[in-house]
Amino acid sequence: MSEDILTIKNISKSFPKVIANKNVSFNIKRNTVHALLGENGAGKSTLVKILYGLLKSDEGEIIFNNYPLKVQSPSEARKNKIGMVFQHFSLFDSLTVRENLILGIDQNMSFSNLQDKVNEISNRYKLPLDLDAPINTLSAGQKQRVEIVRILLQDPELLIMDEPTSVLTPQEVESLFETLNTLLKEGRTILYITHKLEEVINLCHEVTILRNGEVIESSKLENETAETLATKMLGKKLTEIKTDYSKITPKINLSSKNLSIEFNDPFLVDLKNISFDIKEGEIFGIAGVAGNGQSELMNLLTGEAIDGVSGELDFNNIDIKNFSPKKRRDMSIAFVPENRLGHSAVPELTLSENILLSQFPDSDFQNNGMISFKNIEVQAKKVIEKFNVVTPGPEAKASSLSGGNLQKFVIGREILSKPKLLIISHPTWGIDAGAEHAIRQSLIELAKNGTSIIVISQDLDELIEITHRLSVIFNGKLSKSYDTREISISKIGLLMGGQQDD
Amino acid sequence: MINILPEFKARGNPSTLMNFLVPIIAVILTIFTGSVIFVLMGFKPTFALYTFFISPISNSYGISELLVKATPLALIAVGLAFCFKNNLYNIGAEGQLTMGAVFGGGIGIFFHDTSGVWVLPLMIVGGAIGGALWGMIPAILKVKFNTNEILTSLMLVYIALLILDYLVVGPWKDPYGYSFPKTRSFSESGRMPLLFQGLRVHFGIIIALAAVFASWFIFSKTMLGYQLKVTGFSPTASKYAGFNQNNLIYIAFIFSGAFAGIAGLGEVSGPIGLLYRDISPNYGFTAIIVAFLGRLNPIGIIFASLVIALTYLGAEDAQLFMQIPAAVGFVFQGLVLFFLLGTELLVNYKISFRSKL
Repeated sequence: MSEDILTIKNISKSFPKVIANKNVSFNIKRNTVHALLGENGAGKSTLVKILYGLLKSDEGEIIFNNYPLKVQSPSEARKNKIGMVFQHFSLFDSLTVRENLILGIDQNMSFSNLQDKVNEISNRYKLPLDLDAPINTLSAGQKQRVEIVRILLQDPELLIMDEPTSVLTPQEVESLFETLNTLLKEGRTILYITHKLEEVINLCHEVTILRNGEVIESSKLENETAETLATKMLGKKLTEIKTDYSKITPKINLSSKNLSIEFNDPFLVDLKNISFDIKEGEIFGIAGVAGNGQSELMNLLTGEAIDGVSGELDFNNIDIKNFSPKKRRDMSIAFVPENRLGHSAVPELTLSENILLSQFPDSDFQNNGMISFKNIEVQAKKVIEKFNVVTPGPEAKASSLSGGNLQKFVIGREILSKPKLLIISHPTWGIDAGAEHAIRQSLIELAKNGTSIIVISQDLDELIEITHRLSVIFNGKLSKSYDTREISISKIGLLMGGQQDD
Repeated sequence: MINILPEFKARGNPSTLMNFLVPIIAVILTIFTGSVIFVLMGFKPTFALYTFFISPISNSYGISELLVKATPLALIAVGLAFCFKNNLYNIGAEGQLTMGAVFGGGIGIFFHDTSGVWVLPLMIVGGAIGGALWGMIPAILKVKFNTNEILTSLMLVYIALLILDYLVVGPWKDPYGYSFPKTRSFSESGRMPLLFQGLRVHFGIIIALAAVFASWFIFSKTMLGYQLKVTGFSPTASKYAGFNQNNLIYIAFIFSGAFAGIAGLGEVSGPIGLLYRDISPNYGFTAIIVAFLGRLNPIGIIFASLVIALTYLGAEDAQLFMQIPAAVGFVFQGLVLFFLLGTELLVNYKISFRSKL
């Protein structure tokens, strides 16, 4: 057997508007953890989808175990002993763990056979599973465990992990790493996709760095530090972002008291006694693993789904908990929900037209129901200029912008309205590092001018970088808040995992 | 090796050119398929196509008839565009048309021996109110109980038709009508004025054009049009913007119902002059095809209404000169819709016959 388990030769793949992979070539050595590093949009996902049979490459070939690999579908890939754990879980929420496992395997297997095999795998890799639990009752970490067990049932030689830690608490990350090490000891090979540098340094033996669809470097990790990797990954150095506590005033802007809501829906998280205060000029972060009530809380704060809410939500001493989004906006509260396409922007409309989605009290976009096309175009141009949105102009369709540029446009639109309070969910989700940096910087600038900001995010690094204070949401409950300068990562991790406040 | 089967490749952005071309391609394919059907039936295609598409409009009477048929189609279709743009599938325009005819026609019957310039305007307002009220029913049911408007609006069609049936054989029956299922005739003041001596084209066409222009204005220049569009594209974004979605449902159904109601009144006070059972040859349903063939664009709807009106006339001529059932007109309408839905794919995908090694 040769030393390389997988050789990727000159793989190219283009989509209508982008070249996702350009002549990508590298080797993966048998029985190593090989990192595929690159920021969002660098072409990592496209490459592994080709490898797993979900996409067809335009050019190039893949050699697996010395033979050319031509897979048309994931099931063929699995037959070739290649397994993949996706970033977004591919599980049926309303089925049990057992049913999901049976569905995921290609050969026929009885339930009792499955039970034995699962027990064996669970014990060997320390991956305990409750086979009868419905998926929707599991935490993100447990769901990932189901995915991993499902793949291990196929006994893969090469295991692809796509950003596996993005939804895990720091403690869950550690146990994942233990599992990966056990797999490595058994002689398996792992292709580990990430944009987190620390993970590469701690876990991986070799690294391939992708940037704009091309391989920048493929080498051993011996001489690399987080900084050298970052520079190669981004192609430039970014200035450090600093929070400024001096501009926070003692005046409380928004105060939530025992805000609660019950849904009677197994797919939604009830919120219980959410309480917090935010001062003028303060950036308040809400951390937590996905699915612990963040989107439900966001809807309460924006007014988009408020049926049955109780408690108090006081904005400058007015209880706004029953106000519609429009009424809140009339009070200079701005929001940026997590989804850009179809929520904070309409992809089919032009940027100018998208300006009209959020109209603030002093905006001049309409006159007695008649749209002022001149004024919205002027405003769109202003947003494009001030926030460096890369686009042909205000007449471009929102769908033609990259994720990062559209997010800059949306956030720019909200910031230019000079809000007193900005509520923003996952501000830099799925966008490139340049845009991410610009957005974080603009949020900090906004706070310095007296605006209060709530940031809901799963990205701990982000919250630590830009917030003054943060709380953790777990199972619909919000922890007390901590000064971001003082709280430790491991403490946040424990709160994210459900530990109670002391 | 050349791929025989074409491959569909996603376009990055929807094609503006195709958006414009799709209805034209659909009409061309319809004509082509129609000729094949005629050939299979043993007709010379040139003769058949001439009989169906050219001869009906080869004189001023024919053109007038074309406009008479296009008038209700355009008016209803542009009303439906309010609903369809908002992703509300109102397919009950036939019922709204009928109730418009009942309300407006009822006024006409009440004033059957009165004359005055105010009679017709009053009937038109009555027609609009009747249609709008009938349109409000599925809207209210949707807002209050989240019912599916496709089902409720369709079922209300049959209720409306039965109400009309009941009125013309019951309380509103013409006392001098020898028990025929029809009402008294409206007075001369209750009739749509004719535009040309000897031709049936009437004032209704002016109302239809005004409605088309007003709709174009609302869709492209006002916040109301914008709100309908955003809600249609993405209800979540509409919620985010804080638009009142329930109000938008009411507004769309009111416009849709009122326009259909006026169209119904236009039929009974125009060519017919009284109420009886069969006041509409399915204009309310055919207008759905017109709305989509015109791509929900008021100007496009004008052209689409002319094309579809021609299928009605062509069917009559085909019956007369080729001895085939007038239902062939519905075959053509069906083909147009079929090809329209099929070619819609070209807006977002392009076909490639690229050979592969």
